[in-house]
Amino acid sequence: MNIHEYQAKQIFAKYGVPTPKGIIANTPNQAATNASELGGDVWVVKAQIHAGGRGLGGGVKLAKSIDEVRELATEILGMTLVTHQTGPEGKLVQKVYIEEGADIVDELYLSVVLDRAAEMPIIMASTEGGMDIETVAEETPEKIIKIAVDPAFGFQGYHGRELVFGLGITDKKEQAKMIKFAKAVYTVYMENDAEMIEINPLIKTVSGDFMALDGKMGFDDSALGRHPDIEDMRDISEEDPDERDASRYGLSYIALDGEIGCMVNGAGLAMGTMDTINYMGGTPANFLDVGGTANAETVAKGFEIILKNPNVKAIFVNIFGGIVRCDRIANGILEATKLVDVNVPVIVRLDGTNAPEAAEILRNANIDNVIAATDLGDGAAKAVAAAKGA
Amino acid sequence: MSILVNKDTKVIVQGFTGKEGTFHAEQCLEYGTQIVGGVTPNKGGQEHLGKPVFNTVAEAVATTGATVSMIFVPPAFVADAVMEAAVSGIELAVVITEGAPVRDMQAAKACATKNGMMTIGPNCPGVITAEECKIGIMPGSIFKKGSVGLISKSGTLTYEGANQVCNEGYGITTAVGIGGDPIIGLSYKQLLQMFEEDPETEAIVMIGEIGGDLEIQAATYIKENISKPVVAFIAGQTAPAGKRMGHAGAIISGSAGTAKEKMDALEEAGVKVVVSPAEIGKAVKEVLG
Repeated sequence: MNIHEYQAKQIFAKYGVPTPKGIIANTPNQAATNASELGGDVWVVKAQIHAGGRGLGGGVKLAKSIDEVRELATEILGMTLVTHQTGPEGKLVQKVYIEEGADIVDELYLSVVLDRAAEMPIIMASTEGGMDIETVAEETPEKIIKIAVDPAFGFQGYHGRELVFGLGITDKKEQAKMIKFAKAVYTVYMENDAEMIEINPLIKTVSGDFMALDGKMGFDDSALGRHPDIEDMRDISEEDPDERDASRYGLSYIALDGEIGCMVNGAGLAMGTMDTINYMGGTPANFLDVGGTANAETVAKGFEIILKNPNVKAIFVNIFGGIVRCDRIANGILEATKLVDVNVPVIVRLDGTNAPEAAEILRNANIDNVIAATDLGDGAAKAVAAAKGA
Repeated sequence: MSILVNKDTKVIVQGFTGKEGTFHAEQCLEYGTQIVGGVTPNKGGQEHLGKPVFNTVAEAVATTGATVSMIFVPPAFVADAVMEAAVSGIELAVVITEGAPVRDMQAAKACATKNGMMTIGPNCPGVITAEECKIGIMPGSIFKKGSVGLISKSGTLTYEGANQVCNEGYGITTAVGIGGDPIIGLSYKQLLQMFEEDPETEAIVMIGEIGGDLEIQAATYIKENISKPVVAFIAGQTAPAGKRMGHAGAIISGSAGTAKEKMDALEEAGVKVVVSPAEIGKAVKEVLG
């Protein structure tokens, strides 16, 4: 699960990670009120969406008067912001964060992520703040410092020294401030089961202080159960409604732009099915993993979600039953044809646990547009042919 | 021969009396696995599925001589269960449970390594030595005894691959589902080496997915250390590039983890790479002649 910048900064503040003062707003008037409340003479109006690259997309602007704050908020609220991380369809801006301006003398980069190979969190830092870190990694990889911290022993002094010497910070007071900053960010990461924290830019102000000017945080979904305060930060308007609807039934769904709807058990086989359709000259309309507990109701729901997409010309049901029993899926298909108007050919391949019983169920039902397939290759070929014929 | 487990392997089940544990332990017993008991705190002294229940792993190991534990406890208790197994003399823990927090697994893995215990999973179908020993949730009937070793991140692709290999008439020595979580136990590298050393295994099927760089590491390892033919499939060639919030994850490994990158690295290492999982069986036939 991801959260907004303003929410990340609320968490940062709790752990003593310095951030500029700011207040969230849903309307232009509220934005103006927030600016007066913050005081000062420069404010930043920042679009709150779950994606990076907001500045380049026109979602972050500087205001020099309260009126300008109101004008910019009017402009940004309701706009569809397109950045390199939103996809071409962009994201609707529903909230703006009004923040006090900061006197920046330097922009740095800091993040904490899991290093899968080392099997421990890693702190990454760079003097090249404000830039896309992927570009830095590609063009000047030597400018990225990586420091692994073993959680069994925690953040030690040497981690901090490696960091400040790597960043070329020589002033002792500044060194101490940066070490305290990084240690606090590491603590935020560990205590909240974060998947990633990225601060870009991390700024140095005129007074020699360090501040998180931006903040992105993602969390380990499996650990949300023990963090109800973070679960409360979920912004469902940032999630695809079909994907959310599917997840309520234990289905994992992602819409794509092809013509063949897919219903598969297991994420790996679901991707492999899409790859096979593509290999046979067709295009998948979606990724749909029915999970390990599929029954008639979930399968019917799967059909309903797939068929909402008007581009779907055929559906390929590909189930290799391990935990999922094929007879349950077969009954689900029958049930679905009663609940949902399935008006496209459905190619069904059921293998594994209780496959013969499933074949029997489908044969006895004798439904017109249900076509049986013997294996994955056969099913994909039949689905591609059916989509082309439709 | 085979790797990791065989007909003589003594297995206990942690989370033995729960719904999942009961269902799958029963299936494993039916397959012929030597399940010698199980652990459920506060149910010690009882009998379940005709086998003794113990309060602790240490008691179970002392009484039964088990060396492997199959773990079915709920996600929040996985780390605890793995650590208990590690300090109680278990040699291999097979963690089936899905949804264990990453931070927990990090600690559990560190504890397992320190105590010299191997783990498989979490969030995986388990391990099976065909017609001898099934420790996990896979449909046992599709795994016929033969000469091909299989390693897979994905559960259902394990079944798909094994089924095709068997339909071509070759059969399986041992199949291992390693799981696709950020922190996993045994990975391609160690298992490739075990299959290389197993006299019965003549070819290896390796099934990967997009994300991470384990397959790239495997490619490097294969090039230098593996003489047996390897067939590989990487799922997710057509998966859309995710709308990610940050990019820090890809940078640490220096790899974006795309299917293409992995397929190229494996091909370069001399692996027979197929573009569809429907081709796995045929490719095995090709490399084994």
